[in-house]
Amino acid sequence: MLKIIHMTVNGKLREIAVDERESLLDTLRNRLDLTSVKKGCEVGECGACTVLVNGEAIDSCIYLTVWAEGKHILTVEGLQGPNGELSPIQRAFVEEAAVQCGFCTPGLILTAVELVGTGKRYTREELKKQISGHLCRCTGYENILNAMERIVAEQSSLTLEEKQ
Amino acid sequence: MYDIEGIYQAKNVQDAIAALVRQPDAVVISGGSDVLIRIREGKLAGCRLVSIHNIPELKEIYREADGTIVIGPGAAFSHITKDRLIQTWIPVLGEAVDMVGGPQIRNIGTIGGNVCNGATSADSASTLFTLNAVLELAGPDGVRQVPIAEFYTGPGRTVRCREEILTAIRIAKKDYKDFFGKYIKYGKRNAMEIATLGCAVHVKLAKAREGAVQTGMYAPQDKKYVEELRIAYGVAAPTPVRCRETERKAAGMPVGPELIAMVGKSVLEEVNPRSSWRASKEFRVQLVEEMAKRALTEALVRAGVPEDVLNPEHTPNNIQNDTRKYAENDAGNQAENDAENHTKDSKREEKRAGGERNA
Repeated sequence: MLKIIHMTVNGKLREIAVDERESLLDTLRNRLDLTSVKKGCEVGECGACTVLVNGEAIDSCIYLTVWAEGKHILTVEGLQGPNGELSPIQRAFVEEAAVQCGFCTPGLILTAVELVGTGKRYTREELKKQISGHLCRCTGYENILNAMERIVAEQSSLTLEEKQ
Repeated sequence: MYDIEGIYQAKNVQDAIAALVRQPDAVVISGGSDVLIRIREGKLAGCRLVSIHNIPELKEIYREADGTIVIGPGAAFSHITKDRLIQTWIPVLGEAVDMVGGPQIRNIGTIGGNVCNGATSADSASTLFTLNAVLELAGPDGVRQVPIAEFYTGPGRTVRCREEILTAIRIAKKDYKDFFGKYIKYGKRNAMEIATLGCAVHVKLAKAREGAVQTGMYAPQDKKYVEELRIAYGVAAPTPVRCRETERKAAGMPVGPELIAMVGKSVLEEVNPRSSWRASKEFRVQLVEEMAKRALTEALVRAGVPEDVLNPEHTPNNIQNDTRKYAENDAGNQAENDAENHTKDSKREEKRAGGERNA
């Protein structure tokens, strides 16, 4: 049965008809063409489908779209600057060579956005725990951790004004 | 697309109960991190869902006037870990639920779902057992309170009727005040793992008792006794279990290596682990003893006991002196007035004898 859902996706209020059996992952990819959200294990283990719901990272494969009514969803497409430039978090991933095949990258970047949003400083050990819900098959995590460490340190040392 | 017949999004608890009564085959879904996976696996395929996912009143965590902490079962694991009340009063629970799955799962999975699944491996369950948590169930016939120790009836089975909703997890002040604890999860990996074994300990210490001081066995500042010990396991039996006989034996014992050794052995009489693809029964038995010792040691350290007091290799001066006194009195020339010559084992035996006498 189709249901009308209202949610803010990457800053834009969207009104869409969805099947009530649909996962948020399927809605974002198939109805809104947000293909940065990857379909991996579909049972909440690999983290490839991670998006932010009201600022919190969740696996969109095990989240029903009907639950997103009135919520704010962020995908990597929403990080794009006004002229299409990369966000500082994405740049850190590029500069630290934290990307290989790229399948886990959008999810990891959104976890980085969530962590930066807390304003907290994290040790490397803490970061390891924070990214433990993402499976990367290529890089062995070292460069990913380098990028995460760098961005969390950079962003937490900025003042609020600079961030805005 | 999930293979479900339909989903009803309940507006509040009464609405959810009414929907469950209306649809005799419907299943409750909260966070979804277990139910949706069971649907994906085909185990619950084709079911109807009643969603309590977005009911705000089920997500609150607060403290009542008498100090009772009430946790809304819809609270996500990460929200419990970050909650100020939990951090202040029952930090062990926040630590325990921080070991479930991975960060994204902890942002969505709920403590109520963890308990209602009836899994012996639930990371929150053993800690809730040591806190004497009371579960409030609301159904068509009204509200009832069930102590968590009476909630589980078997693997994946609980006393909750299908049309009942868990509406609160209540922990009374007397069950957390002055208790210090530790939860240890053993798994093959640190994240995205179901516990091979889980062990939760809460301990409350008493100051020196009058009678004990008079025996002169220990310096007064070391007079620390167990007032109450609580120890519970996940995956050591078909349901989470408390080890009440061990707890009874530990009450009144002085804090030290003897207590830890006693608890490590005694718990083995009260558990019934089995072999599964995760681990053999024999391995779980080893874990049961070792994790009891480690969790109790950490809980005692958190309660302010100096680590060296708990180390079986260490003999603080006062214990040496006490041992000597004791040896002089009871064993005469065998002690040769030199505690240094005692074997560690004999010292332990003497101290234990003293402990029992003091208690």
